[in-house]
Amino acid sequence: MSIDLQTAARVAKLARIRVDDDALPALADEFNTILGFIEQLGEVDVEGVEPMVSVTPMRLKRRADEVTDGDRQRAILSNAPDAREGFFAVPKVVE
Amino acid sequence: MMTDLNALTIAEARDRLRGKDITATELTEACLARIEDAGALGAFVHHTIDVAREQAAQADKRLQGREEAPALCGIPLGIKDLFCTRGVASQAGSRILEGFRPEYESTVTAQLFDAGAVMLGKLNMDEFAMGSSNETSVYGNAVNPWRRQGDDAALTPGGSSGGSASAVAADLCLAATGTDTGGSIRQPAAFTGITGIKPTYGRCSRWGIVAFASSLDQAGPMTKSVRDAAIMLGAMCGHDPKDSTSADLPVPDFEAMLTGDIRGKVIGIPREYRMDGMSAEIDALWAKGRAMLEDAGAEIRDISLPHTKYALPAYYVIAPAEASSNLARYDGVRYGHRAKLAPGDGITEMYEKTRAEGFGDEVKRRVMVGTYVLSAGFYDAYYNRARKVRTLIKRDFEQVFADGVDAILTPATPSAAFALGEMKDADPVQMYLNDVFTVTVNLAGLPGIALPAGLSGEGLPLGLQLIGRPWEEGDLLNCAYTLERAAGFVAKPEKWW
Repeated sequence: MSIDLQTAARVAKLARIRVDDDALPALADEFNTILGFIEQLGEVDVEGVEPMVSVTPMRLKRRADEVTDGDRQRAILSNAPDAREGFFAVPKVVE
Repeated sequence: MMTDLNALTIAEARDRLRGKDITATELTEACLARIEDAGALGAFVHHTIDVAREQAAQADKRLQGREEAPALCGIPLGIKDLFCTRGVASQAGSRILEGFRPEYESTVTAQLFDAGAVMLGKLNMDEFAMGSSNETSVYGNAVNPWRRQGDDAALTPGGSSGGSASAVAADLCLAATGTDTGGSIRQPAAFTGITGIKPTYGRCSRWGIVAFASSLDQAGPMTKSVRDAAIMLGAMCGHDPKDSTSADLPVPDFEAMLTGDIRGKVIGIPREYRMDGMSAEIDALWAKGRAMLEDAGAEIRDISLPHTKYALPAYYVIAPAEASSNLARYDGVRYGHRAKLAPGDGITEMYEKTRAEGFGDEVKRRVMVGTYVLSAGFYDAYYNRARKVRTLIKRDFEQVFADGVDAILTPATPSAAFALGEMKDADPVQMYLNDVFTVTVNLAGLPGIALPAGLSGEGLPLGLQLIGRPWEEGDLLNCAYTLERAAGFVAKPEKWW
């Protein structure tokens, strides 16, 4: 499996990370090195083996579905790069 | 000669604080002075002097009280930048969290402060804990206080908890918090001649710790002795309803379990950890550790963990996959950095520019690798296959434990600390090989401890690792304590900074 420039560009797009065109060849090379390393997993016989879901065999705890917290608008917005009138502000999303 | 207060262990300081021989304020001031003087180490990246003095004053009041204060009362600690600390910068070593001041306190730091611990400041680390040399940090490198004999080259303290390791080894604090996803507590501990334990997955709450790979991340203490690791671990762990993977199990008194008696315990030596091209020095250290445990009355048994070779490749699928999902939250909307936008830029450009500016190269690489292995058409071939291999790796350990092995002895790292910049031209996989002995432990969710056991020919510390059964940190620490006493490692770096 080899990553070409188009695939590298597509992955960057999916990850929402801008990558300049002239940086794509180096990025594709690095992907190929890492994926080449990962390819070794193909040697392992995994027939009938369950993929691990949880490393400790514990049931996740359940809790009552009720409101236990709230009224923290100020705290939640306090680190926002742009907050206005009690909301997070972002560039226009819908034309 | 009187030991400088900052050079005390937690256990020594606790006894002297309780004995009214010293005060928390004196102890804290000794550390602050030493930190002031250690800028060249790049260990402390946010100083919290006012917080430290206030907490020390509170601790002194508590130490005057009628009830016996907790062991950590008045003990000055450094906190890895990955832990969210209320009102104090918590950036995970990343530009994308510049200016972020959490409105909440991580469970682990809250427990430490409830026990009376003093926070001296936040410690350097690889960005989002992704790295093995602390060279991916937005703050610049942390530097190892150790140097090779007759050589001024600056060495890495390891990573990702490089600032924690450097600070503890240089006596800037009594101990520090670390986190470990693939070896990030144990590798830096080994590179700097200190002790670091990663507990069983689920022992420490992950709530309020910036997430890297949630199924692998665990917090743990980095300390000057095994006893200190036992004391501090006890204060860090325990059930937390805010972390659904936190274990609802009682926390034993780990320190009380340090008897130094391991007679009859079975120590496994895994043959797959004898890597091709392993240095003679590391091999000799491993043999020495084996002999010391045998002398202490343990039974040494050669064992096999057949899937060891596939641990790193499985890790480099699973960890980036989880990271790509966890780091999706850095979008420039709710906290941290947002890129300046050009006229006409929409929300997608905001995400793409923000993440391009905010993340460093290694983080971008891993997020994109994770995105790729989770993408349509590759999910089964990479991600599901890696999770199956992870099942097999865990099964290897379960098998040897079922056969009666109590703990497993391995080298902690393939080499002593290397020079900063030395890996600059190497491909990313070369750097990943640093974690070859540690990463299996995260994949299997087991407790692992690294402790110093000798010096290299160049005068640098070398560490051994012990791996324990799940939830049996107490026995593991006792085994490490026995090894520590036999190894008698007392060397300290000579002050050059």
